[in-house]
Parts: sequence; structure tokens; C-alpha cells
Amino acid sequence: MVTAPRVFNEVLLEVRRISLSFGGVKALTDISFDIRKGEIRAIIGPNGAGKTSMLNVINGFYHPQEGEVIFKGETRRAMRPHKAAKQGIARTFQNVALFKGMSTLDNIMTGRLLKMRSNVLLQALYWGPNEREEIEHRAFCEEIIDFLEIQAIRKTPVGKLPYGLQKRVELARALAMEPELLLLDEPMAGMNVEEKEDMSRFILDVNDHFGTTIALIEHDMGVVMDLSDRVVVLDYGRKLADGTPDEVRSNQEVVDAYLGVAH
Amino acid sequence: MKPLHILTWLVGALVTIFAIGGLHWGLAQIGWISFFDWSFYFEVSAAGLLQGVMYSLVALGFVLIFKASGIFNFAQGSLVLFAALTMVGLMELFERDFGIRLHWVLAFILTVGVMVLVAIAIERLVLRPLVNQPPIILFMATIGIFYFVDGFGQALWGSDVKVLDIGMPIASAVSPLGVRMNVYDLIAAGVGAALVAGLGVFFQYTRIGRALRAVADDHQAALSVGIPLKTIWTIVWSVAGVVALVAGIMWGGKAGVQFSLALIALKALPVLILGGFTSIPGAIVGGLIIGYGEQVAENFIGLEIGGAIQDWFAYVLALVFLLFRPQGLFGERIIERV
Amino acid sequence: MLYRETGQFKTTYRADQAIFPILQDKIGVLAILAFAVFVVPFAADNYLLETILVPVLVFSLAAIGLNILTGYCGQLSLGTGGFMACGAFFSYKLATAFPDLNLILVFLLAGLGTSVVGVLFGLPSLRIKGFYLAVATLAAQFFLIWVFNKFGWWTNDSPSGVISAPPREVLGFVVTSSEAHPISKYLFLVVLVAVLALVAKNLVRSRIGRSWMAIRDMDIAAEIIGIRPLVAKLSAFAVSSFYIGIAGGLWAFIYTGSVEALAFQIDRSFQVLFMVILGGLGSILGSFLGAIFIVLLPIALNVTMLAIDPTFSVALVSDMEFMLFGALIIFFLIVEPHGLARLWQIGKEKLRLWPFPY
Repeated sequence: MVTAPRVFNEVLLEVRRISLSFGGVKALTDISFDIRKGEIRAIIGPNGAGKTSMLNVINGFYHPQEGEVIFKGETRRAMRPHKAAKQGIARTFQNVALFKGMSTLDNIMTGRLLKMRSNVLLQALYWGPNEREEIEHRAFCEEIIDFLEIQAIRKTPVGKLPYGLQKRVELARALAMEPELLLLDEPMAGMNVEEKEDMSRFILDVNDHFGTTIALIEHDMGVVMDLSDRVVVLDYGRKLADGTPDEVRSNQEVVDAYLGVAH
Repeated sequence: MKPLHILTWLVGALVTIFAIGGLHWGLAQIGWISFFDWSFYFEVSAAGLLQGVMYSLVALGFVLIFKASGIFNFAQGSLVLFAALTMVGLMELFERDFGIRLHWVLAFILTVGVMVLVAIAIERLVLRPLVNQPPIILFMATIGIFYFVDGFGQALWGSDVKVLDIGMPIASAVSPLGVRMNVYDLIAAGVGAALVAGLGVFFQYTRIGRALRAVADDHQAALSVGIPLKTIWTIVWSVAGVVALVAGIMWGGKAGVQFSLALIALKALPVLILGGFTSIPGAIVGGLIIGYGEQVAENFIGLEIGGAIQDWFAYVLALVFLLFRPQGLFGERIIERV
Repeated sequence: MLYRETGQFKTTYRADQAIFPILQDKIGVLAILAFAVFVVPFAADNYLLETILVPVLVFSLAAIGLNILTGYCGQLSLGTGGFMACGAFFSYKLATAFPDLNLILVFLLAGLGTSVVGVLFGLPSLRIKGFYLAVATLAAQFFLIWVFNKFGWWTNDSPSGVISAPPREVLGFVVTSSEAHPISKYLFLVVLVAVLALVAKNLVRSRIGRSWMAIRDMDIAAEIIGIRPLVAKLSAFAVSSFYIGIAGGLWAFIYTGSVEALAFQIDRSFQVLFMVILGGLGSILGSFLGAIFIVLLPIALNVTMLAIDPTFSVALVSDMEFMLFGALIIFFLIVEPHGLARLWQIGKEKLRLWPFPY
């Protein structure tokens, strides 16, 4: 499929000169790039390049020693992840991080926590306003369930689901937050071709249907090149390249460091 | 630990002891506490530190098991009680039924045998079926062991207070540098130090020690490189059983062997929190701090607010400490990853 | 055949989210409640009421409390006894200082007071996890008992340190102290515990319950979807202590009538913890099952052992009890970590097909 590259102008998130280290180990050195509203942005690089650390910085789990993160035009101070969630950043994890003891539906419903308003006393009573609210959010979650085609496993405890489906439930939970920026950490790791195709379709649909901006880490170059609008390449905590898939693909440094070896 | 390291700690400890003494002196001056006397303070400190060695002995058993299996063994206290009960029980049994006065060394060896059997039983019946369960489940299982061993020991040997006599002086005291110290406590401290040194060498330099550390890190990975998990667990629980026995003898010889031993052993928990779960030196230092702290607190502040604060002082101290350094004095820093 | 959900279609989310979505469950629970209120008081003798049913109800409430903290929010606590003591002594001070205060209010206020204490001792849970926290809660256990034991103010300077519940009425019936009739005690408890259990069930299936479970299952992920760990954990401590505090008040006022601080020592904490583990972590129903089990077991053991040989000493029976509890805990953790509640559920699944297995 050949299409003209999509163009995005409005910057949603910008990271500026980020440096992060653990003790003496430098995880990220002087990294700057931006994510624009509505695009699918890929972060790639060999193992240990600092991709996950980068996502951790963006959603407030790690606090960089230097540099700043600017989200929706506001420079952020060091913040806890729950604040980032409140600002509209959702994410999935490299190793599925679902709530294993809860059902699929309950997992997705946790994504609605920030949107729910009843206080503890109303919740203790349940009937009345709290029930109305529960039902309203349930309806929203059901839409996502339909969208991601996981109706059949609604009530199954997620611990019992196969890996591929768990990844999908995790995506559903992130979507339930109605995020402006969705961070996906290796959404297709450990999947077979068919599952990867499904997941790619969902990612494109999400971007298309909800207009969600997506930043994703992925190792499968085919997927990255097909899905993403722009790619940033990290290696040993440094930025190697930044541009459209075609630009990145033809960048000699990237080829040396990464593509040349892997493919 | 390097010698310089130890020296720094020693100096630090002395300075702290003087500083806290000075603090109490100050409090006495402004009338917040009614009584302070330096020589009494040093006596209390010495007694507390020696008491602390006893705590360290119990804590050592916890650390061993935690290091080797990642299990927080709540039952260590009941093992202490059980070991001491068994030893006294065996001595009484031989005297009563066969008319032989069993030498305590023989009784010790027999009890070591029993503790190995207990270790094997625990490994077989509890640990093996629970392999790869989350740590909190294993922790609760050790609460089960705690109850079972307590009940079993007392059902077997009776629940009355027993006297353990291994021919050590209980009442005599010496006064080096003018500070009165109990000889029995000094001997206990010596035994404790020897045990710690031995275990330290065992862990760092032997093949089994290395295997133990590997198992602690990751059960499955250790299995996959051919470390026999069952054997290692049996060994470590046996060693912990022997450590419990030594602690039981030391405690029991002083205060009599009775049920409260199992509860005294709970004091080893705050010791661990202070020292860090994985560190043998930590268990020692933690024990000393708790022993010293609670004696001093009891004898000066405690008297002002009604006494018996040593029931909780150690726990509250540990709690406050946790807020500032969750990984303990010597524990490894926990880096969270996602 | 009888227990079958086939054909019970739900066409609204409301019906699907009802507290008992399956008709038979709804009927069953109502039947049990009706039985407990209308039949038991007249069929049971005083022994059954006072030594079995009353403690079961009081313990169920404590177990629900601990289950909220440990089973739902994943924060292990060994301080239950201390918090029960809080409830007991707070109730006593309130009831004696304000003799006209309604008894239900006394218990609720004592529960709220215990919540505050619980939150204070829950603060460390922010920085520490798992068994570190368990040790921290031991601090609460020992410190609180010391406070109630040491200061005469709590017992109104009773020389023995024992507090005796003053007689108080609810709806014209005396329900506390030795003046109360076992039936009124029992009925009061049944209603109170049923209401509180319902509230607990509502909480755990609402937003707050989901945030507790999220923290329990994976705290990092929970924070990343916007749950504030501070709020989730402390609210669990608060609600849990509220229940445990009320249970402590009921223990002192209704079950025993008079009590001293030492009745709430660490054994009590373990006892409630065992109820939660055996009954089922993360299950309100399990809290009841665990309480029934742990209350009945020693009685059954005692009766059996004395039937075998009447010369068994009391000490031996108590040692056997220890052993049995320990062994059962281990057994359940190995065989069915979800406890009796899970067994009940498995039973129901079987019943769905019975008597026509595929």
C-alpha cells in the first residue's frame, strides 16, 4: 500500500535534552524529540538502547537528572505517574501488567477510575447515583470491548487468558482512559504473525477512530515501517536518527548500528 | 567488609552512644527525666548491647533462610523454642528413663539431628509443594509452621518452664573499665560472633554458599543450571535450625525454656528491618541497635511514661527507620522496573 | 438442575451488575437471612447462641475488615488485635462518658476512631511492602495493647484493667452486658453484621474496590492508570480498621461483656488472619466461612478429644489446636489458596450440571 505521508504540525509532547542515569550507568544522554498530535511515532533501537526508560520518563515513572518534558505546551515538573495519567497519558507494558486477580471487564473498568466521581458513601450505598455511574462507564467499556473484539472473555479472570489476548486487554484498559497520548511498549512482543497483524490493525484503528496520538516501541522492523509516521532511533542512550521511515531506513548510522545487523 | 569500614562503624557507634547519653543527660538537666547517671547509663548500654547479640543470633536464622530461599521465615522463633525444648527434653528423658546424665554436648548433637529432620520435613511438606508461589503465600505458610511447631514442641515435651543447665555461670559478673557486665552474656556474645564469622565464610567462599545465593536470586534459573533446589533448601533450613538451637540454648540457659521464647524471637523482626533482610552484618548491627535502644529507652524515658515500653519500642523504632530507609542499613537498594 | 443460570438472560447492564446476578443466589441469600432472623432465635438454645453464633458474627466482621486490607488491597497486617482493642476501648469510653448516646452511634464512632488510628499506622505502607509492612503492623499491635494496658484512663481506673460493658438498649431491648438476653444480642448482631457486610460488598464492587484490587495485583500499573497509591492504600486501612474497630467494640460489649486489653494480643491477630486465609482472600463470603470454621474447630476438637479419652489435659488439647491450625493453614495454602470460598464456588459449578453431567 503506497500512500502519501501524513503531515502533522501541532506538537503534543516534546522532550528536550533529557539525560537519565542510575548511579553511574547512563541510560539516556541528551535526548530531544517531539511527538505531534495525531501521529503514530515509533521509538526503535537495539536492546538496552533506553527505549523503555524513555517511556518511563514520559509518564513520570523515572525522573531525569537533566532536561524537560513539555506536554500540551506545559513544562512538567517531576511528577508521579498518576499525575501523568490525569493529564491524559496512558500506556501498556513490555511484560503485560494487568491486574491478574480481576476479570477482563474489571480491568478495563479500572481505566475509567479517573472519570468516576461518586464518593465513598455513595459507593457504600451502591444503589442510586453510584449505580447509574457504574452503568454509564460500563457502557463505555463495552464499546471498547466491541472495538477490540474481546466480548467473549469479558468475565474471564485475565490470569487465565493467553498472552496475545492479555496484550489486547491491556490495550483496552489504556483506551478506557480516553488518553490523548498512548504509549505502547512492544505491543507485539512474543506474538505470531497473525496476532501481530491483528494488533497492527487495532493500533491503526485506534489512531484513526479515536484520533489518539500513539508512541510505540517495537522490534519488528516491518511493522514499524508500515505503521509509523515518524521514527526516532536510539542506541546506547543516544539519539541516532529521527525522521520518516524512509529517511531512517536510508540513514547509514542506523543501518550500521541496527538494521544492518538485525536484517 | 574491610577493616577500615569496621573501624568507622566502631567509632560511629561509640560517638552515637556518647551522643545519646549526652541527650539523656540534657533531658535530666531540664527535668524531663528524673534520673541520669553516666556509670548507670554505660551499664545499661552494655547490658543492652549484649542482649542485642541474642537478638542477632535469632535474626541470623531469618537472614540465612531469606538469603537462600527468599522466604521470610516467621517460624524462626518457634524453631528456637522447639530446639531448646528438644534439648532439655532429651536430657530430662535420659535422666528419667535410663538414669543417665546426658552430657550437654551429646544432647546438643542429638538435637542437631532432630533439627535436620525438622528441616527435611519442612522442605518436603511445605516448601516443595509451594515452589514458585508468591513470597507472601510462603510467608503465610511459615506462620502455619510457626503454629504447628509451637504446638508440636509443647505437646511433645510439655509446656512447663524448664531449666537448661549447660554448666555456665549465670549470675557472676565482671567489671572491665568499671562497667559491670554479665559473664554469661559475654560468653553468648563470643559464641554469636564465632557463629557469624563461620557463616560469613561459608556463604562467601564455599560452593554451597554460592549455590545458596543463586537459589535466592531465582529459583528457576538456579534449577536450570543444575543446582539441586531440594538439597539446598534442606541444608539451609538445617543450618537455620542449628542457629536456632544455639540461640535457644543461650536464651533458655538464661531465662528458662518456655513458651515466651517463641515470642521473644519476634523481636528479631525489627532487627531485620533495621539491618536489611539479606545482610549478615546487618543482622548483627541491627540486633545491637535494638538491644541497646530498648534497654536505654526502658531505663530512662520508659520510667517516665509507665514502663514496659520494651514491649513495643523495637517495633516502633524499626517503623520510624523504615520511613527513611526502606531497604535497611545494609540491604540492597531496590530499583523498580517496568 | 436446581442451580442453573441457563436461560437467565440479562438485557441491561444494570441486571448484569446486580449484587446477585443469578436468581438462585438471590433467593438463597434471602432465605438464609430469613432463617437467621425468624427461625434461629427460637430454635437455638442459649449455648448455641452465646458460644457459637455470637462469636461467629463478631469474628465475621473482623474478618471482613482484615479481608478488605489483606485480601482486596494486598497489604498484610498482623495488627488486627490492636485495632480490635481500639474499638473496644473507644466504645467503652464513649459509652461511659455519654450514657445517653445511642449504642449504634457508639459503635460507629468507635469504628471511625479506629479508622484514624489505622490510617496512622498505615502511613508506612506507602514506602514499604509485603512482609516489611507486616512487621510494621506488629508495631501497632504491641504499642496499642501497651497503651490500653498502661493507662488507667482507658478503663476508668478499674484496678484489674478489665472493662465491663454498661447495659444499653436498642429499640427497647437490652443488648449489652450480662443483663442482655442471648436472643436480643444475637438479633442485634445479625442485623448489624448483615448491613455492614452489604456495605463491604458494595464497596468492593465499586470504584474504590477496584482501585484496592489494582494496587494488590500490580501497584506500578495501578499508579500508571491514575490510581494514587496513597489514597488507595490509606482508604483500605481506614475502611478495614473501621470494621475491625466495630468488631472489637462488639466483642467487648456483646460477646464477652467484660474484657481487658490482653484479650486482644497477637494471638487474636493471627486468629483473624487464619479466618481470612482459610475462608478465602478477597471474598466477603469467605470471611463468614472462615469465621465459622475457626470458631467451630476448637470446639469440635475439644469434644472429639475428650470423647476419645477424658483424661487428656487442657494443655494438650490446646497444643493440638495449635498444631491443627498450623497444619490447616499450610494445607489450604498448598491445595486451595483461595480458601473455602473457592471450594464453595467449585461446588456451585458442579451443581450447575448436576444431576446431568455432560
